[in-house]
Amino acid sequence: MERVPIQLTVNGQPYQAEVEPRMLLVHVIRDVLNLTGTHIGCDTTSCGACTVLWDGRPVKSCTVFAVQADGGEIQTVEGLERDGQLHPVQEGFWEEHGLQCGFCTPGMMMTAVALLQENPDPSEEEIRKAISGNLCRCTGYVNIVKAIQYAARKMRETAPAAAGIAGGE
Amino acid sequence: MTTTPIRGLGHPVKRKEDPRFIRGKGTYVDDIKLPGMLYLDIVRSPYAHARIKRIDASRALAMPGVVDVITGAELEKAGLAWMPTLMSDRQMVLPTDRVVYYAQEVAAVVATDRYTAADAVLAVEVEYEPLTPVLDPFKALEPDAPLVRPDREQKTNHIWHWEAGDKEKTDRIFQEAEVVVSQDLYIPRIHVCSIETCGCVVNYDRATDKLTIWMTSQAPHAHRTVFSLVSGIPEHKIRIISPDIGGGFGGKVPVYPGYVIATYAALKLGKPVKWIEDRSENLQADSFARDYHIHAELAATRDGKIRAMRVHTVADHGAFDAAANPSKFPAGLFSVCTGSYDMEAAHVAVDGVYTNKPPGGVAYRCSFRVTEAVHTIERMVDILADELGMDPAEIRFKNFIRPEQFPYKSPTGWEYDSGNYPATLQKALDAIGYQELRREQAERRARGELMGIGISTFTEIVGAGPSHTFDILGIKMFDSAEIRVHPTGSAIVRIGVQTQGQGHETTFAQIVAEELGLPVENIIVEHGDTDTAPYGLGTYASRSTPTAGAATAVAARKIREKARLIAAHLLEVSPDDLEWRDYAFRVKGAPDRFKTMQEIAFAAYTNFPQGLEGGLEAVCYYDPPNLTFPFGAYVCVVDIDRGTGQVKVREFLAVDDCGTIINPMIVEGQIHGGLTMGLAPALFEEIVYDENGTMLTGTFMDYLLPTAMETPHWKTDKTVTPSPHHPLGAKGVGESPTIGAPPAIVNAVVDALSHLGVRHIDIPITPARVYQILLEKGVAE
Repeated sequence: MERVPIQLTVNGQPYQAEVEPRMLLVHVIRDVLNLTGTHIGCDTTSCGACTVLWDGRPVKSCTVFAVQADGGEIQTVEGLERDGQLHPVQEGFWEEHGLQCGFCTPGMMMTAVALLQENPDPSEEEIRKAISGNLCRCTGYVNIVKAIQYAARKMRETAPAAAGIAGGE
Repeated sequence: MTTTPIRGLGHPVKRKEDPRFIRGKGTYVDDIKLPGMLYLDIVRSPYAHARIKRIDASRALAMPGVVDVITGAELEKAGLAWMPTLMSDRQMVLPTDRVVYYAQEVAAVVATDRYTAADAVLAVEVEYEPLTPVLDPFKALEPDAPLVRPDREQKTNHIWHWEAGDKEKTDRIFQEAEVVVSQDLYIPRIHVCSIETCGCVVNYDRATDKLTIWMTSQAPHAHRTVFSLVSGIPEHKIRIISPDIGGGFGGKVPVYPGYVIATYAALKLGKPVKWIEDRSENLQADSFARDYHIHAELAATRDGKIRAMRVHTVADHGAFDAAANPSKFPAGLFSVCTGSYDMEAAHVAVDGVYTNKPPGGVAYRCSFRVTEAVHTIERMVDILADELGMDPAEIRFKNFIRPEQFPYKSPTGWEYDSGNYPATLQKALDAIGYQELRREQAERRARGELMGIGISTFTEIVGAGPSHTFDILGIKMFDSAEIRVHPTGSAIVRIGVQTQGQGHETTFAQIVAEELGLPVENIIVEHGDTDTAPYGLGTYASRSTPTAGAATAVAARKIREKARLIAAHLLEVSPDDLEWRDYAFRVKGAPDRFKTMQEIAFAAYTNFPQGLEGGLEAVCYYDPPNLTFPFGAYVCVVDIDRGTGQVKVREFLAVDDCGTIINPMIVEGQIHGGLTMGLAPALFEEIVYDENGTMLTGTFMDYLLPTAMETPHWKTDKTVTPSPHHPLGAKGVGESPTIGAPPAIVNAVVDALSHLGVRHIDIPITPARVYQILLEKGVAE
């Protein structure tokens, strides 16, 4: 099958690849770029294990063709840690026992990162709604909610004053 | 000397496995990529029952990138068209002449990448002659029913009959009973749906003649033995690695045809082969759970004392009995269905039946059919209460096995190890404000609102199991641990069970930390690799803590006994003059003279007494003397929308007693998850087939897992009644909530509707099902 050149910036790194037009973004991330932190759980856009940020917005990468994302900026779980410092969301999941088997965790965390960028102080209801496209079979969600609340607290405490204003407090 | 805290039993130690998972650095099977690896995909049957007239792979084989197409005819020549199930039945790997369930494996395609493999699956032409399927197990038992398994000697769809208890005594009590209640209950077919599907990567290294299989396996050692026995490859030439596993819940206990075909392909082609199911394949063809048609009866006195229980069940096993029960228990531990209640007699009978549906009968986060058992008794007790006009809490208090009756011999032969049921229920009722809720319910009911309160006081049975009774394919269900303490006082623990999210790398380290007085940070746990871990039967049925947890404690105590000799040598006293206290061997009467395990470990390699072997390690294969019996009291409050039939779980309190707690954070997490997998079948999940046997719920669009929106904010509490026979007093907890939650929810829904004459509703209690009832009762809005 014919192949199409694409360019992606993934976790700040530029990549070029030649892919079949039908190739899914998640397969490029996992099989071509070998970033296997992004998982596949359902193939029908239901479980959210493959969630990544595409130009800052969470998408289920099993339902995006790689060619659609051409020129785009992708962030995966591997890009969360900066300079040896865990992202507050990663820290929250560890502190609050927000994961068990770990399979849904990367997608769940990416959704949480996107939520907190938009809403730095979400209520429990808002968190539950935001992660309702991410299925977890192990945790029963209670500790995932706590993990995201932990991260929100931590990000508000450490964020510059301007971010606090944006949070509406 | 170390000042690092030990953090043994009872500490909420953050999980050791998490740093890799939160970084996306876990290694799940699909993350493994080997040079030259090929991809296997499977052609599946569009019919539930059909004769295969012809398979033509020529078009597929002509496609660029397609390496091979494997059929049953080829496997038959290799003696691999059939494989044994864990229940001494046999199962087709690939069919030679007929398919017996929808989505059954028909042929396999091997290609250079997964897209090409998927294309080639569509290019394999299969000609079928459809046969009439039999889908209802009751119809399957009729004399003129289509035969699902003509390969068997017995020309019937009946697989086995199994019973427990005293039939004569039970029948006698029923004859003379003042009150008898009876009910049909259907526990529908459901699927575990771990978010990671099943799959494997198989690599055969010709140079070393070694076969390595990375497999989504909950029982890698047992699987290695099965692979060796079936293939004839010597067991030491097979290495099965169960790496990070994205949830198991019972679905990764069986050996699936895909594993066998991929292994055959890797051996034949001399290249690594990967097979990973997609979600539909996982839902459609992997082992299902439940599917029990139950008829239950209770005999009681007029004042509410249960005297006997009688149960007959028809178990739909699909086309092969591919359950994963201990060999002597074709219906698992279903006979624990007398639950938490003392009664004079019980009789339980189960008949297994073949139908043209996918094989199975595995657990769904449940210890061998205990969910079905608990659902039965907890519903029946409520039905009896309704018959007698008693409060569901009152009837439970009246019938509980009393604390002083333990160890309690149940009428079906189990010996419950320990329990304090009244205390646990009382704690739950007090915490949730039961009397106040009943007042609120009366007020709401007067206003026409539908509010219900449901109770479930379950007894779980886990930790299989004692070797005199429990085996799988003859392999006794002990489990194991090996501990090696290094010279500088750190240690490695290898166990025969392995985690699929339960946190073994943390909790097993805590056990060793506690027993040896070494900081938990300095202990690493390895598991899941048959080349390095000691033999064990794997993790399912909440057996890790009762079996391998005990093995770990006992192995650590063996190390401690050797350490005592070394400490005596170092302190120049007799070993009898030492006592183990505050994580050190101390001279009796002079506790300031002591040696820590770290000091002793160094001496074990540098300065050990003459006549003693050097080093500090131990192995234990632990044969549990009995099962363990965790229990709990759950209270659920629901509101029902009269306009939609929607059930909202307003509040749910789970008071669990799993004996000694190793890590309270992990126990709470297990309970949250278990409750959610109890909520799921109670309200949402069911595998549905049409009249042709085609599955209608083959994706997550139709098979509804609870999301964060439907899942309530679980509340938990505990009582602690240690197991008297487990070295740590621990009982296991992972599945208690999954078995305890569904009847609490159903009882709450029925309670909300009981004044309308509703006494039972089968699960899943969907809005449509409730709304139909509301219509019939004339209260729909």
